[in-house]
Amino acid sequence: MRETKWWAWHMIAGIVIFVLLGLHMLITHFDDILGWFNVLGPSHAIEWENVVARAQNIFFAVTYVILLIAALFHGFYGARTIICEMNIGVGARKFVDVLFWLVGLALLIVGTWAAIASMAIKG
Amino acid sequence: MANKIQVPSDVIFTIRRYDPDNDTAPHYEDYKVHVDPGLTVLDGLHLIRENQDPTLSWRYSCRMGVCGSCGMLVNGRAMLACNNQILDISKRRLLIAPLPNFDIIKDLVPDLGSMFEKHQSIHPFLIRESDKEEMENPTGEYNQSEEELVRYLQFSYCIRCGCCMAACPTLATDDKYLGPMPLAQGYRWNADTRDEGFDRRRPIAGDTHSAYRCHYAGECSNVCPKGVDPARAIQLLKKQLVKDYFHLMKKGPGCQSQSSRTGSERNPKIPDPPPFTVEQT
Repeated sequence: MRETKWWAWHMIAGIVIFVLLGLHMLITHFDDILGWFNVLGPSHAIEWENVVARAQNIFFAVTYVILLIAALFHGFYGARTIICEMNIGVGARKFVDVLFWLVGLALLIVGTWAAIASMAIKG
Repeated sequence: MANKIQVPSDVIFTIRRYDPDNDTAPHYEDYKVHVDPGLTVLDGLHLIRENQDPTLSWRYSCRMGVCGSCGMLVNGRAMLACNNQILDISKRRLLIAPLPNFDIIKDLVPDLGSMFEKHQSIHPFLIRESDKEEMENPTGEYNQSEEELVRYLQFSYCIRCGCCMAACPTLATDDKYLGPMPLAQGYRWNADTRDEGFDRRRPIAGDTHSAYRCHYAGECSNVCPKGVDPARAIQLLKKQLVKDYFHLMKKGPGCQSQSSRTGSERNPKIPDPPPFTVEQT
């Protein structure tokens, strides 16, 4: 049942990444066409003012944290799957599970802190 | 398109030999066989044993692609020896080895025990929880619509030959992986509307070395001599498991027996069963 739960969320995380990464690509590479998200207008997606404007926007802060959660879960579960296929023992698998959870949670804390802290940046 | 006319040819059979009593490691031996059109790989092996080497061992029974005994690796592809003609494969050389992903008993005889143990673990039989009395002493038939039958029909054609297990790249790296045949049979019974055994199969099908380890390489379906698509069955099994996890699965008793016991009217077009051939005690 645990494997079903993890695999189901692995799939859902993949869909979330597809949508949010698509949004990220639209902002950073297609804004000279769309001109939607950047305060300086077209072709300046990675200008300091635009980056700060997005960082201070609650919508972007939330979507970046969701993207981070999805990417970490999807990536670590995928890596765990590859390692499990090396026919490791039960003890080694449990060690990998614990290690990946700890590293994943640590990266999530750092990433979330970065998203929250960047909201306080003065433009 | 007209079939190409084949002419007799001398074909070299390069066969992997291994006798655990005398050999420390497998080795290959060549046998030259005069092949007439229409001769199967199994016929070729018989010719070698009769005329060149009586110690050559392999497993076979029906000679017509039904029993699933003569699975072997021919020119890199798992297939039934009885179901394939030599000249369709090669006019010069056949490289024959036992099915991979299994222990070898002798020469071309794989030990299929591990496959049957995995098959058994998935409960590959009809399980009824709601009307056990009707299952033990049937008084009618379980009706299924054509659509309900088609859901599992192709998966019931499996003959357990082990070709899909031999072709599976996941099984090659993880011998605990359940494999295409047992998983496809798990789905076959889950998809049967007469069956109510999903809850018993769920922990096995959803285990770490089970359905989720399939990468959908699809080679199991490519090699199946009966045209079964185990790769599809495994994806459908994953779908069942995930739907169950999100409580989206329709549950409840399966189709009901059309008998007086269940209060249903028996279909008058279905003839009565023949009388028992032995006296019932």
